[in-house]
Amino acid sequence: MERIKQRFVISNIFRNQLFIPIAALLIIFIFNLIADPGFFKVTLGYNNAGNPLLNGYLITILDYGSELAILAIGMTLVTAASGGQDISVGAAIAIAGSVILRVLCGSDSRSEELHAPIIVAFLIACVVAALFGAFNGVLVAVFKIQPMVATLILYTAGRSIAAWINNNELPIVNDVRFTYFGGLIPGIPIPVPFFIAAICVAIIFLVLKFTTLGLYTQAVGINERAAKLNGLNPVAIKILTFVILGLCVAVCGLIKTSRLSTINYSVIAKDIEMDAILAVALGGNALGGGKFNMWASILGAYVIQALTTTLYKFNVKSNALPAYKAVVVIILVVASAPIVREKAQEIVKKLRAGRVEKEVA
Amino acid sequence: MEQKKSLKTILKNMSDTNLLLVITIVVFLLMYAFAMIFLGKGFLKPQTFCNILNENAALIILSCGMSLVMITGGIDISVGGVTALVCMSCAVFIDYKGGSIIGSIGIALLIGLLYGLFQGYLVAYLDIQPFIVSLAGMFFARGMTTIVNTEPFNVANEAFVALKDTRVSLPGIGSVNKNGDFINAYVEIGVVVALIIVILMFAFLRWTQIGRNFYAVGGNKQSALMLGINVKKTKFIAHLICSILAGIGGYVYFLHVGSGSASHASGAEMNAIASSIIGGTMLTGGVGNIIGTLFGVLSLSTIKNIVASAGFDQAWWTGITVAVMLCIFLVIQSVVLARKSK
Repeated sequence: MERIKQRFVISNIFRNQLFIPIAALLIIFIFNLIADPGFFKVTLGYNNAGNPLLNGYLITILDYGSELAILAIGMTLVTAASGGQDISVGAAIAIAGSVILRVLCGSDSRSEELHAPIIVAFLIACVVAALFGAFNGVLVAVFKIQPMVATLILYTAGRSIAAWINNNELPIVNDVRFTYFGGLIPGIPIPVPFFIAAICVAIIFLVLKFTTLGLYTQAVGINERAAKLNGLNPVAIKILTFVILGLCVAVCGLIKTSRLSTINYSVIAKDIEMDAILAVALGGNALGGGKFNMWASILGAYVIQALTTTLYKFNVKSNALPAYKAVVVIILVVASAPIVREKAQEIVKKLRAGRVEKEVA
Repeated sequence: MEQKKSLKTILKNMSDTNLLLVITIVVFLLMYAFAMIFLGKGFLKPQTFCNILNENAALIILSCGMSLVMITGGIDISVGGVTALVCMSCAVFIDYKGGSIIGSIGIALLIGLLYGLFQGYLVAYLDIQPFIVSLAGMFFARGMTTIVNTEPFNVANEAFVALKDTRVSLPGIGSVNKNGDFINAYVEIGVVVALIIVILMFAFLRWTQIGRNFYAVGGNKQSALMLGINVKKTKFIAHLICSILAGIGGYVYFLHVGSGSASHASGAEMNAIASSIIGGTMLTGGVGNIIGTLFGVLSLSTIKNIVASAGFDQAWWTGITVAVMLCIFLVIQSVVLARKSK
């Protein structure tokens, strides 16, 4: 079984969209291997509470890449259906996190015990995030505003709304159970966010497999009019993708707040929209909408995290990080631009033709 | 009744540009009148209005560039980042390197020019989505600002401080203070620069061939191409001018705050886009007016002032108000578009 799978992967690798993220990941790994093999070291240690945990840069990538992978799921769908990206996800995560803390802590920001079960807080955050997603979706689908501009509204207001929900206080949750979602469950040395991401990936995989969501979003993204003439409802499908992204945002909000047990409105999930878009782009998905490959996006998210971790390892300051990533984005989009691709193909053709001529001669 | 009907027909026959311009100016006047009546005092002084100008001179310049790009159907969200980068680079150049003021202006223009050339090339000739290009540009500028210098600091250079504090008094306009003395209202140099740029840009868009080309390209790329307009070149020029204006705007911002910091002008791109939209520039391209943009900036800052002086001075209210206002105007535009297609 394993072997068949491997052969399947290898035979498809060049044809597959997965080729781009895998190649990028290999480049990053090879770079690290040359610079410092310590990058790949994973050790078993114990944290302050005496629970076993795995240490190492690879584990960090799996851990912190989870939020990005979850976001990439929703972002891929939004990109495919509407041909644009949602840039409000960072702000929306702040809102979702703020809602969770508000429900858990009530109005008392230093409460000793939880005011509501964590699952209730999470579900309320899901509803709120889905509503904000629907708001974006309505602007895009009904009012026909470009997605990135429509979501600019929430991008500006989001962090303000998040601060407003908690009256600009910073509630702290004093409950060990809440830290599980962004940390460790005692006895299991692998960080929980990775499992949450795995569950989300499994769900979206089943949804794509057993429903027509994937087909419909692609149909709408490729040609909205044609989709409409075929009896699809582009407005509803676009809004649905934004709602799904909202749910992804709620999950990220839970993980992010759980990591700190509190929230910092201006810093939480800062610049994550850039990473999420980058993950979709790195996955080789057309940013103009249409066809998509979910696996490539998810893998792309982990590649981005690998890049971030590598940069951190080389002591790049977190504020300077965007500059390096921006260079990567530019290289990626230039390389994937249709015009550049055509020119590259022409050059390759000419080279081949030249070779053939030589052989003939 | 009949008059109403004629008003309706006038509105119906108006071009989108003029209709949106009228909406903007009416909204601004209503808002300012509202502020004068209900919040009184402060808003009656000419200096309050001048202060709005002083604080938003840079934003006016940035918005002019933004409108230009938006008229061609593009967008540029890197302007805020460029502003921060210009501030920090000039601050470091003047204070640490002992550079001259002329030199720092040169740096500001150079940063704008390089940004414009690069982004314009990617957008126009490689046909990459302007949003993605300028998003990367924004992050690059913000990151570079930190790389140039991490800590925020004030510029202490005497010549620069003298220039920063230069005030242009407006003759005959002013208010009487508590002691009964007449005090002239004043504006900063940045405002003069901003107004000159507004006039130049207005004339450029209205009366030059390239200026008209921007509208043609934004309105319908295909027809513009068939009219023999060089679409790529036009887009390139739009992005080039926008980034150069971002450089100038950055310097004006620098003159206003007199310091360098990585967090300068955060959200300026957002305000510039919002101002342009409120000023009647359509995101879909082809429609827009620089005078409208000027009023867009004024409306935006007036409502911010109203919110602040009405007692909602917590920072988050500003963000929410701007977003709500932007949302309303976007929906208005969408409705105007729908009216047209009917």
